[in-house]
Amino acid sequence: MGLNAEIILQAALDRVAGGWQAEAVFTNHDLSLTRFAGSRIHQNVSQTDATVRLRVERDGQTGVASTNRLDSDGLDDLARRAAAIGQKAAPNPDAAPLAGPPAEAVHSRIGWEASTAAADPVQRAEGARAVIAAGSQHGLEVSGAFSTESMHLAVANSRGLMSSHQGTTAKLLTVMMDGKGSSGYAQATSPDIDEIDAAAVGAEAAERGARSAGATDLEPGEYPVVLSEYAMHVVLEYLAEIAFSGLALLEGRSCMPLGERVMGDTVTIWDDGRDPSGLPAAIDFEGVAKQRVMLVEEGIGRGVVHDSVTAKRAGTTSTGHGLPAPNIWGPVAWNLFMAPGTTPRSELVAGMERGVLVTRFWYLSVVHSKRGLLTGMTKDGTFWVENGQIVRPIRNLRWTQSIPEAFSRISALSNTSQLILADYSGIAARVPAARIDSWNFTGATVAETDR
Amino acid sequence: MSGEVIERALDAAMGGGASYADVRTSEKRIESLSVKDGTLQGAESDLTAGFGVRVLVDGRWGFAASANSDPSDAEQAALRAVAIARASAIGGGSPVILDDTPPERGTYQTPFVEDPFAVSLDDKLRLLFDVDAEMGRVAGLTTRHATYGAVSEHKVFASSAGAHLEQDLVECGAGFTVTAVNDDEAQERTYPALGGQMVTGGFEAVRALDLVVHAQEISEQAVALLEAPQCPSGEMTVIIDSSQMALQVHESCGHPIELDRVLGMEASFAGTSFLTTDNLGVLQYGSSVVNIDADATAPGGLGTFGWDDEGVPAQNVPIVSAGRFVGYLTSRETAPIVGRQSMGSSRAGSWRQIPLIRMTNVNLRPGSAGSLEDLIADTDDGILLATNRSWSIDDRRLNFQFGTQIGWLIKDGRRAGMVRNPTYTGITPRFWGSCDAICGPSEWTLWGVPNCGKGEPMQTAHVGHGAAPARFRNVQVGVGRWG
Ligand SMILES: [Zn+2]
Repeated sequence: MGLNAEIILQAALDRVAGGWQAEAVFTNHDLSLTRFAGSRIHQNVSQTDATVRLRVERDGQTGVASTNRLDSDGLDDLARRAAAIGQKAAPNPDAAPLAGPPAEAVHSRIGWEASTAAADPVQRAEGARAVIAAGSQHGLEVSGAFSTESMHLAVANSRGLMSSHQGTTAKLLTVMMDGKGSSGYAQATSPDIDEIDAAAVGAEAAERGARSAGATDLEPGEYPVVLSEYAMHVVLEYLAEIAFSGLALLEGRSCMPLGERVMGDTVTIWDDGRDPSGLPAAIDFEGVAKQRVMLVEEGIGRGVVHDSVTAKRAGTTSTGHGLPAPNIWGPVAWNLFMAPGTTPRSELVAGMERGVLVTRFWYLSVVHSKRGLLTGMTKDGTFWVENGQIVRPIRNLRWTQSIPEAFSRISALSNTSQLILADYSGIAARVPAARIDSWNFTGATVAETDR
Repeated sequence: MSGEVIERALDAAMGGGASYADVRTSEKRIESLSVKDGTLQGAESDLTAGFGVRVLVDGRWGFAASANSDPSDAEQAALRAVAIARASAIGGGSPVILDDTPPERGTYQTPFVEDPFAVSLDDKLRLLFDVDAEMGRVAGLTTRHATYGAVSEHKVFASSAGAHLEQDLVECGAGFTVTAVNDDEAQERTYPALGGQMVTGGFEAVRALDLVVHAQEISEQAVALLEAPQCPSGEMTVIIDSSQMALQVHESCGHPIELDRVLGMEASFAGTSFLTTDNLGVLQYGSSVVNIDADATAPGGLGTFGWDDEGVPAQNVPIVSAGRFVGYLTSRETAPIVGRQSMGSSRAGSWRQIPLIRMTNVNLRPGSAGSLEDLIADTDDGILLATNRSWSIDDRRLNFQFGTQIGWLIKDGRRAGMVRNPTYTGITPRFWGSCDAICGPSEWTLWGVPNCGKGEPMQTAHVGHGAAPARFRNVQVGVGRWG
């Protein structure tokens, strides 16, 4: 789009008068998505939207307003609404000051790829067709989505800060099923659509889907597991909420005390918004440059991410993980990395005497944040392993497991990692696969209800 | 903006080769207030406006949405939607056929007494600060948080078949949350439900919540939970309170009756359903006391409107009758596949998004078990579970596990003591089959659920669930290791 973010931000700030400090945040999303199911394209959409969010602040009084009307009248109305709220607002002594300008302004395009920005519906449809073909060969019903997105975030404030980030994301995922209980999954995510091999994604899911046909029950209980990268990713997604957030720590509901051993010594996890092997975002919604934050180092809780509010309360500085104001959710670690181990990926299963191979976890929920206790289901390819070999597919199981406890019992991590983007939260993580000595499966979906 | 945008977009779409097109314009205002630990943490006013054009070309869908309201943008978006629809044909498969819902013309306005956007900011903040002060009287809390929100949306739907519908929808709600933390435990209580309560209607609904009256008792419960015994494990009789029943209905009935899920259209994201079409009219979903409707006409529900986003009028349809599964939530594309006409449950999360099958108000009808206290008195041995804390269910909506914020053991018809960290788990038809009592109309509340996720790109829907407390036998309680 032809919108000039800096001019719009300056126009918004210029409309703030009367001794108010102000911060303006511009976000522009161009998103297209081709969705398929029943082995045909059934939904196919494209959207474009740009929003300016204005925060005004004076002596602890704060007001926030947003609009996607970016013409002169729309910005006038925006400034009026923000000031109207600010004038009535009770002062908040904990309100964070606006970020100061960094020594060097950040204007990042790490992770912006012209190929993705220019992708068209024909390209996405051809990717979908390749995936559908791979599943159809195995007689599987194919569903999935192929999306391309361009994002532009720019932040300016009355202290002179002006920073921006532009990035792209391409994501292709598929679920393939035989209608009788078998299911396979695969996902590929990259800033660059040319890095996505649709046929390979299709082949990976089809192999799992075909192999999981004829699944039978496994008695719930504690078993060793191999968790694929997809399952590991969603666990990290939840740790972002219950372990890596500065607010969770300040409010005493974190499962990760700092400076203490919380996991096994092979576990090292950090957040880095500027690593091009992830899905980069170089600044946060307060315009602060993202720092690399060590979260767990060789099993020791080392750090949490902060926005300006939690940083002020904790007596430190923002790490660049703030959400749009007024943020009641606290900071979020969006760009997670877990250090790979030394085990070739194929040897994770080969080295397991008996246990469960999990492709994916589904519908997790925090049962108890302070204990790091989560529940969820297995999905899209769950297998029983004996003597290092997959013996049979098993029906999906429910589990209820403390994650710090499980991550204290990791016996091997793959020497490779995969970048995965969450479906719900948008948290991206580059993770290895893992073998864990014990995982608590607490329920089966019994055969009598299977149809 | 809507008149010319609609005309130009429909003309461009049909001129570009569409056999059907519809346009939705929307202008939405949102106000959010948040008082945390005695200070105003957030006060926000949001405005978002735009339009979406949906077209069928040779039986394939295309959709494009834009925030730019210049009429030339409307033409461009329509032509983009047509190009996308042509690309859809590359995937192969059979074409879309819509039902023959007649095009309607009309207007709808959410009934309300007190426009929430006309109530002064001072009044709204005073309410939240009063609640905060009440919570603040209780020693031992770690955080306290009171929230308020309101939405007003003006939307217009028009189709190439001649439909023209204007709707003005108003929502508002409020609630509070307290937490109490010690070295080992972190406990949370919320009122009136997790995330508060939200309705279609005016500010009178917020006043009626009487948040201040309940602030102290709920806060004391959060502190008491720190020292309460752990919920026992085993098979028990459970009584589930009204707001948790709403979540139970949402997850184990509302989602599996979505016909797009049943047909596999959500398989890659939200999942499928155990309620396959061969079960319609046949399956015993629950016991004979279980009656569930999908009612888009229920006053105050978050799923209450005049027409859905395909122009189908709001209706009340039976879903479960005396325990038997008899109806789906449908759209114009899916209903003909089961030989029906859309019952009007296709809604979009915003102007940016296409309509999908979404719950309206999927309501568990009240039963004959009287008040909650009557039901407790009628229970020899069991547990009362209240207010949602965690929720998880498998992709076919069979294997669920919920946690609630608080529980009370029941012995000889009386509450016999509070327990903490309660959880329960079950298999949907077996669980509903074990329902032997539902409280009466005096205990029935139409709850708002404003955070239902579905679709790719993901959409968030506002839906409703009426429910009264209900009793279930032989339920697995206290899941996992808590040593
Ligand atoms: Zn939902």
